[in-house]
Amino acid sequence: MSQTEIVRVENLKKYFPVEKSFLEKLITRTRSFVRAVDDVTFSVRKGEVFTLAGESGCGKTTTGKLILRLIPPTSGKVFFKNQEITTLEPEELRLLRRKMQIIFQDPYASFNPRMKIGDAVGHPLEIHGLATGEEKRKRVLAMLERVGLTPPEKFVELYPHQLSGGQRQRAAMARSLILDPEFIVADEPVSMIDVSLRTTMIDLMLDLKRELQLTYLFITHDLAVAKYISDRIAIMYLGKIVEMGEKEEIFSNPLHPYTQALLSAIPVPNPERRRKAIELKGEVPSAVKIPTGCRFHPRCPFAEKICKEKEPELIATASGHFVSCHLIGSK
Amino acid sequence: MQKQLLTVEDLTVEYWTRRGKVRAVDNVSFSLGKAETMGVVGESGSGKSTLGLSLIRLVPPPGRIVKGHVWLEGKDLLKLREEEMRNVRGRKIAFIFQDPMTSLNPVKKVGAHFVELIRTHEPKIGDEEALKRAEKLLKDVGIQPERINDYPHQLSGGMRQRVMIALAIALNPYIVVADEPTTALDVIVQAKILDLLKDVQNAYAMSLILITHDLSIALERCDKILVMYAGQIVERAHIKDIYKNPQHPYTQGLLKSIPNIELAEQKLEAIPGSPPDLLNLPKGCRFWPRCSSAMEKCRKTEPQLIETEPNHFVCCFLYGDDKE
Repeated sequence: MSQTEIVRVENLKKYFPVEKSFLEKLITRTRSFVRAVDDVTFSVRKGEVFTLAGESGCGKTTTGKLILRLIPPTSGKVFFKNQEITTLEPEELRLLRRKMQIIFQDPYASFNPRMKIGDAVGHPLEIHGLATGEEKRKRVLAMLERVGLTPPEKFVELYPHQLSGGQRQRAAMARSLILDPEFIVADEPVSMIDVSLRTTMIDLMLDLKRELQLTYLFITHDLAVAKYISDRIAIMYLGKIVEMGEKEEIFSNPLHPYTQALLSAIPVPNPERRRKAIELKGEVPSAVKIPTGCRFHPRCPFAEKICKEKEPELIATASGHFVSCHLIGSK
Repeated sequence: MQKQLLTVEDLTVEYWTRRGKVRAVDNVSFSLGKAETMGVVGESGSGKSTLGLSLIRLVPPPGRIVKGHVWLEGKDLLKLREEEMRNVRGRKIAFIFQDPMTSLNPVKKVGAHFVELIRTHEPKIGDEEALKRAEKLLKDVGIQPERINDYPHQLSGGMRQRVMIALAIALNPYIVVADEPTTALDVIVQAKILDLLKDVQNAYAMSLILITHDLSIALERCDKILVMYAGQIVERAHIKDIYKNPQHPYTQGLLKSIPNIELAEQKLEAIPGSPPDLLNLPKGCRFWPRCSSAMEKCRKTEPQLIETEPNHFVCCFLYGDDKE
């Protein structure tokens, strides 16, 4: 695998303002924010599957959207092949979108119910003025065949409701690949698909990656799936990356107490291995009121005084992965 | 053999839709012992939720139970009058739904849910006492009793599911049916809720039917498992037998397709194809179009559930006397 990076994210932040009532605005001057993504830095190497994993509300989906500039960041930079895209003009951005595409979680909500599959998959070609008429049809048929919707002649004529969840997700795949992109953000692409079809879909994604030389940013809450598909993983908690590294490292040698708790909670399909999940105190705090110091400290079983006072940095460890924890740094 | 608490025989549920009759649950039989945990595993459309609802006769129209028996304490629940059935729901068999947001009333305080439930079943109890019981129940599920004055939207998803569990055990039922109780929750909360269910089950000596699409959860938390496919039980056995010696090709396929984070290198194998349309079932065994061991016979005749080893039942022609 080549080490060239395709996407780099630097100090990315996204704060959503919290709407207040008229009265509250009169009384208080301070505005409060949901700190959805709070200073995230990482890079994705060409040809790899880089996974953002975490629980709901950790900021993983927002990060994905920021990278594609589907929403503007509050601050920070995103580079695609060393070109900064956070400052691009709309026209330049449109050209860039050919190279960066997204697959959404819900295959039911991401298709226009009144558009035939063939038209939906061919639509990006029209928008970008790349092909029309017979040429467009030819490319759509080839792509549908490629993602396993065979015979493609039948599928182009169908409406989304006539497809199963798995087939719809294949169509979504076809639609995002038709422009021949290099980088795909896949936001929970398999979490709404039935178990027996999930593996087929994951394998299809990996096959396409190899053949079309794609790079994936894979977003998931399911660490078991992440372990199967990824090369590198970043674990997010409350808008920050708490641990990042090669998949093997993360799973065999998790360092951050949050990662350890997360891994211990995953059910293991083996009745002879009844494990006890590591108990965490309380629940994930609101992203409006993020705790001081290390944002995990109120729930951390090992928290010390420094954790409450100072925010830890994401630092490299001896084993080659990155972790954001005072207790690891001091060892 | 231990005495069975609940025995279900040939339960068949159909939805009479405009496009035709759909058999969502087809001749399902099983029994559940006291304090036992049984997992019902299947994909969407396998009939697992309909099966759960039919045990308390709450299958929504156009669904109807067309055949079978549900025996509890010597009585067939399917033969009871509606008023008698009301005494079974909550008091003998309680239900926990997947989505705690839609199963709690948003304009009622947490405490009011308990008062309504307790007083419906025990009208002699006053509001004060019902609330006192609610506080104790909340404490049992790890929620501060003060929360009794909160509205459901003030609670997190995990806390709402705890309230649902407290409501389910409020009348001390013999059996709790939990339909995907943790699917809407994050993995850490999921582990906590499943632990809580186990604790409550032990404390109250209840039986639990855990309906889930996640075979990992069933293998980790249950004593025995029913695997359902297209409305039928394809395999029924103790978890150890399901894990070590899965017999039905569908169960084998499921086990090979779920990732296990404890394994260093794992090659997942997919089950080809997709589940059948219940309006348009294949002839013979319902799984044969996806089965790698399908024989001529499988395309023609439907296999029956047979006992291949003690307490291990499978619905497949690869086993039993009539194997080829």
